[in-house]
Amino acid sequence: MIQVSNISKSFGGKPVLRDISITFEKGKANLIIGQSGSGKTVLMKCMVGLLEVDEGVVMYDDRLFSDKSTTAHSSNGVNRQSIRRDIGMMFQGGALFDSQTVEENVIFPLSMFTNMSEEEKLDRANFCLDRVHLENANKLFPAELSGGMQKRVAIARAISMNPKYLFCDEPNSGLDPKTAIVIDNLIHEITHEFDITTIINSHDMNSVMEIGDKVVFIHNGEKWWEGTNEEILSADNEELNDFIFAAKYLKALKK
Amino acid sequence: MELFYHLGRYYMMLKLVFKRPEKWSIYLRQIIREIDSIGISSIGIVAILSVFMGAVICIQTAFGVDGAAWMPLYAVGFTARESIILEFSPTIICLILAGKVGSHISSELGTMRVTEQIDALEIMGVNSAGYLIFPKIIAAIFIFPFLIIMSMGLGLFGGWFIGVSTGAVTSYEYIYGIQYDFQPFNVTYALIKTVFFAFIIISVSAYCGYYTKGGALEVGKSSTKAVVYSSIAVLLVNLLLTQLILG
Ligand SMILES: Nc1ncnc2c1ncn2[C@@H]1O[C@H](COP(=O)(O)OP(=O)(O)OP(=O)(O)O)[C@@H](O)[C@H]1O
Ligand SMILES: [Mg+2]
Repeated sequence: MIQVSNISKSFGGKPVLRDISITFEKGKANLIIGQSGSGKTVLMKCMVGLLEVDEGVVMYDDRLFSDKSTTAHSSNGVNRQSIRRDIGMMFQGGALFDSQTVEENVIFPLSMFTNMSEEEKLDRANFCLDRVHLENANKLFPAELSGGMQKRVAIARAISMNPKYLFCDEPNSGLDPKTAIVIDNLIHEITHEFDITTIINSHDMNSVMEIGDKVVFIHNGEKWWEGTNEEILSADNEELNDFIFAAKYLKALKK
Repeated sequence: MELFYHLGRYYMMLKLVFKRPEKWSIYLRQIIREIDSIGISSIGIVAILSVFMGAVICIQTAFGVDGAAWMPLYAVGFTARESIILEFSPTIICLILAGKVGSHISSELGTMRVTEQIDALEIMGVNSAGYLIFPKIIAAIFIFPFLIIMSMGLGLFGGWFIGVSTGAVTSYEYIYGIQYDFQPFNVTYALIKTVFFAFIIISVSAYCGYYTKGGALEVGKSSTKAVVYSSIAVLLVNLLLTQLILG
């Protein structure tokens, strides 16, 4: 479980997140949805500490991760690092190490933090790559992969350490509908199988309906709506409806 | 004011760089890689530059000695040795390396920053500054002195080659000049300087790259900055060290 309380963040006086409080539940795929530019990525980065929040607190289970009053102390840094070992994150742009092959990318965290033998590491990497349906790409470099393949490698790398908390920033944007669903289901499966707290940024309605155990709608940096994918279609929130039923024919359908 | 901000952040970065590594074996592997990418790949340019530099120094000195009849011909070798060992090899070659290695490091780190690879390291719980920069600094401190020693040798050879082949000086006189009143400490002094320069070039250009903000355009800008600032820093430290050690 990850608990975010009263987070605010602004860039140069321009508020991007306003007083957001959400509880992300364990063993569930928690989706954050919202228009492009609504602050989803910023929220995610605040939660993992790549951006410092202006106000508010982030708790990982009962471990304090980010609290404005403690960032000045170095003890907080130690706690952060230990929490981060439990985090897997897939970035919007992939963020693969481009000097390393696919295999080395997935092995990297294992080499850094475990004492596995070369063979065990390779097995683990192959297992993760299999799960994202990338079997014959081990020796390729990120620059030699398609955008969708890069995303899948990024997911494989994010899950290689068996994280307790998994963050995925738009895991299926730029993928064809079929692969997108495969990826969605994969993340959903892993979440349930290993009882992970998973947080997914998305603006894809298919994902929402398919795997949204819990859905949070962010609008203009504020939490606008929260519920399950079953509740979302019947929600009578104007902005949310605008977002979901963006296409004219869907709007007509809703009426 | 800006200067103090950068000095402060540079110091903070160095503190991170010299934190205890998560895993020595990985750092060691990185150091070996960096020795290759920083040192071995620079051998070519250092060699060419040194031979030409030595040759030019020899011609110029021979020209001067020719004009002053009271100077013995072996002064050509002597002068070439003094200037190559004391200044040309350590300082000029390091300035060239600041250009080559500095821009390389800064654009590598800058690209990693803007494509979020550094963030990805941080999320894994890796000390990114340590992992990326420490091996480069150690590799450079280790390999630069070898490059400079090689440069000294090739510089002297270049001088000998051009001197003898143009007939400006005989082989005997040149070699006699090279050995005349030789002070081994001068080499030590040059290598001390080199080690400082290595540290400065790598850390300053890594600083420029590591804190890049923005996109591809900024990566280019930081690599220009890396070359300019590390060259200036090398010149300043050169002055300081020369005064301290020889002054
Ligand atoms: N480093 C930054 N400096 C200044 N402003 C920023 C920065 N990062 C994000 N912003 C601003 O914050 C807002 C939210 O950006 P964010 O990346 O969170 O959007 P998003 O919801 O992830 O959009 P998308 O779906 O397109 O990825 C944008 O208006 C953006 O301009
Ligand atoms: Mg985003």
